[in-house]
Amino acid sequence: MIPLAFDYEVAESVDHAIELLGQHGDEAKLLAGGHSLLPIMKLRLAAPTVLVDLGRLGDLNYVRDEGDHLAIGAMTRHCDMERDSTLGEHCGLIAYTASLVGDPQVRHRGTIGGSISHGDAASDLPSALLALDANFVVKGSGGERTVAAGDFFEDYLQTTLTPDEVLTEIQVPKLNGAGWSYKKFNRRAQDWAVVGVAAVVERSNGSIGSARIGLTNMGSTPLRATAAENALSGADPSSVAEATSSADEGTSPSSDIAASDEYRRHLARVLSRRAVEEALTR
Amino acid sequence: MRRIQMTVDGNAHVAEVEPRLLLLHHLRENLGIGGVHPGCNTTSCGACTVHIDGESVKSCTILAVQADGHEITTVRGITENGVWHPMQQAFHEAHGLQCGYCTPGMIMASISLLKENPDATEQEIREGLEGNLCRCTGYENIVKAVQLVQQHEDEMAQHAAS
Repeated sequence: MIPLAFDYEVAESVDHAIELLGQHGDEAKLLAGGHSLLPIMKLRLAAPTVLVDLGRLGDLNYVRDEGDHLAIGAMTRHCDMERDSTLGEHCGLIAYTASLVGDPQVRHRGTIGGSISHGDAASDLPSALLALDANFVVKGSGGERTVAAGDFFEDYLQTTLTPDEVLTEIQVPKLNGAGWSYKKFNRRAQDWAVVGVAAVVERSNGSIGSARIGLTNMGSTPLRATAAENALSGADPSSVAEATSSADEGTSPSSDIAASDEYRRHLARVLSRRAVEEALTR
Repeated sequence: MRRIQMTVDGNAHVAEVEPRLLLLHHLRENLGIGGVHPGCNTTSCGACTVHIDGESVKSCTILAVQADGHEITTVRGITENGVWHPMQQAFHEAHGLQCGYCTPGMIMASISLLKENPDATEQEIREGLEGNLCRCTGYENIVKAVQLVQQHEDEMAQHAAS
């Protein structure tokens, strides 16, 4: 359980991190809280030859009210988000979902930027950010760009980040009264979600105006339950069960020790119903 | 090799370490702190829990170089002048241990938990200790030990007020 040897660099700023990534090419990996990366390095499933530590970039730990949206610094830890009053008031979905990641020790180290950049479809925050239509600010040697959450995750542990890019900020729209929920199903405390479902539901004159559903661990990337979203659009709240029966459409869950693909599909449907129903009460 | 400096249980330590050295191994092997227990080595069991700047973390999932410049507290550093920390005393009184292997991690996680949430309910204590596994199934008395510390602190607050 000891990683292969690597060189270690400490980034003094985002620009310095980009410079270090440029020097070392794609053999280098960024280290944030390390709670996704170090476990796979200890199992030797990953063996970067250089780690660029972002741990000294305290100025990337923030939650700011930017009017119509909130800006979250990439190095903001899960424990910071679960306690943050601005997030609690305007985007409870993120504060709540962050509180379900791992366990307290993990949340003292793990960061939102690290979780997203790792790109694991079994992580909770990416699917919540998909349901929120969040945007990610990314900086590299070519300058800064903003990527929609829906365009960020490309495949299993693969994102649109190029080898010299750093995720710096996550922008989430304020919920402005929209209901929300996150349903995480696991067998034991601290486990990854077997399946998780994030829902953001806007109400309109007693019906559902629109619903956005993000799915955790239902494929190689976090996914949107598009068919169920379409069925929920303009639907009566009494028809949630029927509308969410298509929540697994277009997904490709895996079978593993925790669940079969068939059971994951079942969970996606059941948890989507529960998430939308709960969102309607908030 | 990389030169690091950290405060461990109140004492400054400087060392030259390989970047891949885990904080767990640095504390045990370089500094001889046997109270930091290696358990699962996979961020699950919490036996290796210590504090960095007063917050609980699993030392098997942190590089020693990441702790450079920080303040580390292990179970060895929580006694004061030979007197047990109230959490240690409570684990003793409530019999919050059987084999004792998980105990240093449980105690460090429990101290961090009450620091963040002094009035934690029983449910919150159970959830707050979800990162620590006890294979003797001693959770009942562990929860009681944490509650005992809460009671003692309430009593002391009442004494101070009266």
